[in-house]
Amino acid sequence: MATLKQNAALRWLTENPIWGFVVLIFVFFSLSNEFFFDMNNFQNILVQTSTIGLIALGMTLVMINGNIDLSVGAVVALAASLMVDIQSWDAFSGWGNWQMLPALIAALGVGTALGALNGIIVWKTGVDAFIVTLGAMLGVRGLVFVYTKEQSFFAMNFTFSDLGMSTVGPVPSLAVLFLIATVLVHILLSRTVHGRNTYAVGGNREAAVNAGIRVGPHMVVNFMIVGFMAALAGVTLSSQMGAATPNLGRDYELWVITAVVLGGTKLTGGAGSIIGTFGGVLAIGILRNGMNLMQVPAFYVLVILGSILIAVLILDKQLTRKGVEALKT
Amino acid sequence: MTEHSETPALRLEGIVKTFPGVRALDGVDLEVRAGEVHALLGENGAGKSTLMKVLAGMHQPNEGRIILEGREVRMANPMDAKAQGVVLIHQELSLCDGLSVAENVYLGELPHTKWGFVDWSTLHARTDEILKKLNCNFDARTRVSDLSIARQQMVEIARALTVDAKVVVFDEPTASLTDAEKVVLFDVIKDLRARGVGIVYISHRMDEIFSLSDRLSVLRDGSYRGTKVTAETDEDEVTRMMIGRSLTHEKNTDTVEPGAVALEVRGLSCGKLFRDVSFEVRRGEVVGFYGLVGAGRTEIAETLFGLRTPTAGTILLDGEEVRISGPLDAISRGISLVPESRKEQGLVLGMSCRDNMTLPQIGDLTTGPFVSNGAEIAIYDQYRDRLDIRSPSWRQAVGNLSGGNQQKIVIGKWLAMKPQVLIVDEPTRGIDVGAKGEIHKLIRTLASQGYAVIVISSEMPEVLHVSDRVIAMYSGEVIRSFGVGEVTEDSLVQAISGIRPDRAA
Repeated sequence: MATLKQNAALRWLTENPIWGFVVLIFVFFSLSNEFFFDMNNFQNILVQTSTIGLIALGMTLVMINGNIDLSVGAVVALAASLMVDIQSWDAFSGWGNWQMLPALIAALGVGTALGALNGIIVWKTGVDAFIVTLGAMLGVRGLVFVYTKEQSFFAMNFTFSDLGMSTVGPVPSLAVLFLIATVLVHILLSRTVHGRNTYAVGGNREAAVNAGIRVGPHMVVNFMIVGFMAALAGVTLSSQMGAATPNLGRDYELWVITAVVLGGTKLTGGAGSIIGTFGGVLAIGILRNGMNLMQVPAFYVLVILGSILIAVLILDKQLTRKGVEALKT
Repeated sequence: MTEHSETPALRLEGIVKTFPGVRALDGVDLEVRAGEVHALLGENGAGKSTLMKVLAGMHQPNEGRIILEGREVRMANPMDAKAQGVVLIHQELSLCDGLSVAENVYLGELPHTKWGFVDWSTLHARTDEILKKLNCNFDARTRVSDLSIARQQMVEIARALTVDAKVVVFDEPTASLTDAEKVVLFDVIKDLRARGVGIVYISHRMDEIFSLSDRLSVLRDGSYRGTKVTAETDEDEVTRMMIGRSLTHEKNTDTVEPGAVALEVRGLSCGKLFRDVSFEVRRGEVVGFYGLVGAGRTEIAETLFGLRTPTAGTILLDGEEVRISGPLDAISRGISLVPESRKEQGLVLGMSCRDNMTLPQIGDLTTGPFVSNGAEIAIYDQYRDRLDIRSPSWRQAVGNLSGGNQQKIVIGKWLAMKPQVLIVDEPTRGIDVGAKGEIHKLIRTLASQGYAVIVISSEMPEVLHVSDRVIAMYSGEVIRSFGVGEVTEDSLVQAISGIRPDRAA
């Protein structure tokens, strides 16, 4: 029985090697830096990673489908601008703190709608999601500049910026939000019909079609989820900053994809999990935080993160390589 | 056998299916009664799989009617067909690796609660029940990627049992099963038959067909050749129906006296793909490799061409032991491979005839830093004349040529590399009958010019026609090697079914 349990644990680790890596760097930074192992710092890491983490949850679904969404960074900026701008419209001036509600609805609605648009184009035209969302990334970013006239917006309502700093009990609200979202998306992916079909569509599309799964609408739903998550990340980010700038969310798509891939999701689709993605997000968060505490210059942090990404994927390739029988390439 | 009801479970009438340039099915009729096993036979390319895809709604027929239990039906898609009780069990696996057995069995129709959550207990209970019926020793929770190919095949079969099937089509179900698993499968088929299901059974293996089926129908070149009651016919008659002519005249007779041994292989193995393979090929000789799909023939060719690393054994070229590190090395040692799939592996369809032909040696055809046009055209002209390639000009994109001419371009490409050993994998797949003969003649001519030629083929007439010797393979092993005089169709069929000469009387 003990060996069985051990096998299960070992198997879990081989399927989620990123968690081995998370433990490794956690121990490393705990031993090498006196400020790292501290409850406040852990909360800090969760808050810092919550933005990328929220998007990564949605991106995991899209990538298991075998698609990708490059427009998330631009959606973050658009949602943040809408959130900060609309709540200061004169029309809602008498609403008190409720003026945030129409802004929130607009921001999340636009994010979801842009996701749906990406998905419908991919479905109806059959153009690769990479190209479609690359176009959306450029186009939406352009819209942000048109909308903001290249200006930053500042939140006049301090309740809004306080929300970003608030806590639920001892834990920061944003960390709580991220954890709840993680659990919800995990349940969606592992327990629901939609979630299981996500694997089927990405793993063997022809089999999914033959089994009567409506692949197009299915993919649109996942694009809507990632759009919603990106907009939510834009809202939380603007609340943390109390402002929105048109350049917000630049390169976020790359950080998100890095986290998801580190978490074991295959670019070709069909495999991946929220547990892995959560590990990937934490790995990036801990590395950035730890190196920051050790006062590693920011540019070296990028070099190190890039090297780690490639090293982890090479390792993964070696572990899953077929034996000597494989066809050479 | 069983009592036959008056209306057959399934009747196909005058099914015609054309693809651009090919009439794949030409007015095919088929009648399957409830409670019978109806075997469908034909050579590769005779149209069996196409017919079944029409039946399962994956293709729409151009003409003809599908009548299910006396009612004319239209199969809009595979789901539709399944809902109406027609289930096709694919030859190739179509499973999702990352999901569990249960999820694959009920793919697209997972039982769920009101809120869209998967009802795991129902799903696992139902799947385990089906798996028990199939005597599978794995359970519903097993991940498909953890199963062997044979067990994955059982999962595929389990899918058919989720609905109340009227007709179940098995397309070469035993290709990857072990003997013990076959027994289980046959029990399942007999059980289905006893419950009044009509079963279509496609197989190349005569022994299975004669022990299992009640009636059999034969297709040849896309047209229907007749139906027989299995008990009233024999293998000879069935083979004649399949091939359409007596085989003895088809054998190759004009052999040249073979020269020195060009290639010798001793005890070559590559993991599970093939084991302990030994043979030799002489100059001026054509050696045919015959076997079922998956017998390891193509893998041997890929190993000789340096695409796979052998795990044991030696390769000798002109008596000298060599280690072939990759295709480049193979080419420089005089080995060329005309691959199995012309369009995917052999040609760049959008490029011109000339550019395709000179592709492997383009690095040498230069004047200064530039590619020499004249040298390229000279090579093309030479092989166009030699192989009788019919193309309006060298500028023509290869994709626009007929299959036979495309294949000649590939052969020409490798002849231009001046090989000693030429390996041709499925040389006439997808090529019409007239051009087939030409390719066969070409292969014979090449041998008589002193090349050592290996032909890999799944078509018996082809192997018998072009080869001086035939090597029969079964699941990675050489079963028997035949000289031109001793090969008979019967012994060849037995050998590729794994029956060794000492057991077959």
